[in-house]
Amino acid sequence: MLYVVIAFLCLSILLYLLLGGADFGAGIVELITKSDLRQNTRMLTYRTIGPVWEANHMWLIIIIVILFVGFPPIYSALSIYLHIPLLLMLLGIIGRGTAFVFRHYDAVKDDMQRVYNLIFTYSSFITPFFLGIIAGAMISGDINPDANSFYELYVAPWTSFFSISVGIFTVSICGFLAAVYLSGEETDQHIRQVFIHKARLLNIATVISGALVFFAAYVDGLSLMVELITEPVTLTILILASLSLLLLWHFLNKQKAAASRLVAGFQITMILLALGYHYFPDFLVMHNGANLSLFNAAATGKPITTLAWALILGSIFILPSLFYLIYSFQKEPEGQA
Amino acid sequence: MDDLMAARSQMALSLGFHIIFACIGMVMPFFMATSHYFYLKTGDLNHKNLTKAWSKGVAIFFVTGAVSGTMLSFELGLLWPTFMEHAGPIFGMPFSLEGTAFFIEAIAIGFFLYGWDRFNPWFHWITGLIVGISGLASGILVVAANGWMNSPAGFDYVDGKYINIDPIAAMFNDAWFTQALHMTIAAFVATGFAVAGIHALMLLKGRNVAFHIKAFKIAIIFGGVAAIVQPISGDLSAKDIAKRQPAKLAAMESHFETTKRAPLLIGGIPDEKNKSVDYAIEIPGALSFLAHGDFDATVKGLDQIPEENHPPVLVTHLAFQVMVLCGMIMVGLGLLYFFAAWKKRDWISKRWFLMLFIAATPLGFIAVEAGWTVTEVGRQPWILYGYIKTSEAVTPMPGITYSFVVFSLVYLSLSAIVIFLLYRQIKMVPELYTDHGNHSKKPTEPIQ
Repeated sequence: MLYVVIAFLCLSILLYLLLGGADFGAGIVELITKSDLRQNTRMLTYRTIGPVWEANHMWLIIIIVILFVGFPPIYSALSIYLHIPLLLMLLGIIGRGTAFVFRHYDAVKDDMQRVYNLIFTYSSFITPFFLGIIAGAMISGDINPDANSFYELYVAPWTSFFSISVGIFTVSICGFLAAVYLSGEETDQHIRQVFIHKARLLNIATVISGALVFFAAYVDGLSLMVELITEPVTLTILILASLSLLLLWHFLNKQKAAASRLVAGFQITMILLALGYHYFPDFLVMHNGANLSLFNAAATGKPITTLAWALILGSIFILPSLFYLIYSFQKEPEGQA
Repeated sequence: MDDLMAARSQMALSLGFHIIFACIGMVMPFFMATSHYFYLKTGDLNHKNLTKAWSKGVAIFFVTGAVSGTMLSFELGLLWPTFMEHAGPIFGMPFSLEGTAFFIEAIAIGFFLYGWDRFNPWFHWITGLIVGISGLASGILVVAANGWMNSPAGFDYVDGKYINIDPIAAMFNDAWFTQALHMTIAAFVATGFAVAGIHALMLLKGRNVAFHIKAFKIAIIFGGVAAIVQPISGDLSAKDIAKRQPAKLAAMESHFETTKRAPLLIGGIPDEKNKSVDYAIEIPGALSFLAHGDFDATVKGLDQIPEENHPPVLVTHLAFQVMVLCGMIMVGLGLLYFFAAWKKRDWISKRWFLMLFIAATPLGFIAVEAGWTVTEVGRQPWILYGYIKTSEAVTPMPGITYSFVVFSLVYLSLSAIVIFLLYRQIKMVPELYTDHGNHSKKPTEPIQ
């Protein structure tokens, strides 16, 4: 049953990155949109993401619950050593969610809108940035429980060059996913071109920041790149991801919305898969080598069995209704704009 | 402020903030579904407008509840990592089910808020109802988890290790039912009276009377019924606590010495040093009766509990008094409303009548906050009653005071914005939903 739980954990992480990521990305796209088109972006974001965004963020809750029920030492270690970036990420989540809803439901549309927009766009940037930093800190091996000073214990692990570059990489991924997604939803030909252009730019940014991650790993003394390309499986995955870049640009040029989304999702899935394959079963790489893995940190017996059943039962309810929700709001509303 | 106190304050603040939004998120969908039902059945546009107006409020409250709930799921670990490391696998069951319920709620609210004129009207109505049902389920599950902290079950503690873990037994601990029942009813009382109070204020101003009177009635009927039945659930809780957590009951009642025929104290200020209570009204034997169903029964006092395990008496006692007082006032108002609805129909347009309900607007939420204070402070010094002390569970990271200050500011500004938004929503009611006296004439749709 442990494998069922692990499968749900991996699925939730992937879906959070893809769906939640595209969601954060909408704010990032708004941030880099020229002011004359911003209102347009906002309307499109509201129409396409409004109905589904709360559901997209539930994956994070599922991840957290799986961690604290199934892998309590991991949850506890993350909470202790990455307390500060987690808090900053939470501030982002609070700011973003509330500003997104408030700006729509404020009955009077006045200068307050600018405040909401400001909070929404910047927290859309900050949240994935810290999520990335946390992910980077989890695999960099900088978490050192034996350290003595406040800085070494609670600050150094997540302020490494590597962690920060993973943060930047995550922000690019989110923006990229959102631009691809939004370009397919826009009906105005001119504005669609703008989104496609952004999708291309953000795709380039993703590739560059991906390279930055490898470079940062090298500088920080992690042999990540060598390990990924000398291992046949991860090498194949990375090659597939790189080749699909050509497909992506082709579909973007041809304005094939569904195919572009599929390829963009594929690329991000491949990146996560390569990293997942490389590090599995380790989840939290520790400085002293006592890594916390999905096996050695797992609860045993009934907690895992009941968690697995709860997840299976939950997904029977959640997945069909979630797909129906996303499907329903993909169609143009009938009779009203 | 030391780190433990800062961590406790931050947790109290976060929970105290979240509970308001959780209550509204749990209960408002039922008010909306009721109003929505009348609209679908009769085609009355006031009910349609009311449903839409409420749904905007709910969207604002739901998102605030959702983000503060997300925050809490992290805060459990950020502030109490040692507790979570042991407790996670044991009391994780309600949380994993709650994850599902919360997820379904988020999906259903997407359908409901964005689904006007898109779906079959009754499918749309059902999605609104599902928001309420899954919200209620979430609430009950989280309270069951809290129940486990008061009444640990589903494991054996041997040589410092938690073994033979049974998450199902942990979820159905002895406290879950009484706590969940009391909280669910409380959510209806609090939301009912708060909503009724706001609409009573609008009625007093005399604008959109047909609209606000429908709103007032739906809210006060839910709230009033809940307030009237709440004392029964309160009695169940008191008897349960007397059995399981005598220290908490003793603190609630400032009952320092074990006695037969123990008196019930009304009001009063406990003096923890001299183990006495000043200015209280005593009802002889009433505490014995309420706790054990017998006027002559012995009620355990704080003297039988080691001093280091005493909860703070003053806070617990005062919070309990506040909760009961608010509850009693609302019972009275509930009865008054039903009497008026039965015999004195014209009272609803009377100033004094409306003023009473306006004054009662915050009472339900004050009672909820006071009640949680009793539950949580009354459990101290334990985080897991009888097993782990709160001081042993706190994070080793220093400087929690800073995070407490930051989050106080965040929650303060969020509260201010939510009140501001609500004020604006209400102010816009006359413009968005004018009275449609003549239903045969096709009215203009309210602006989205």
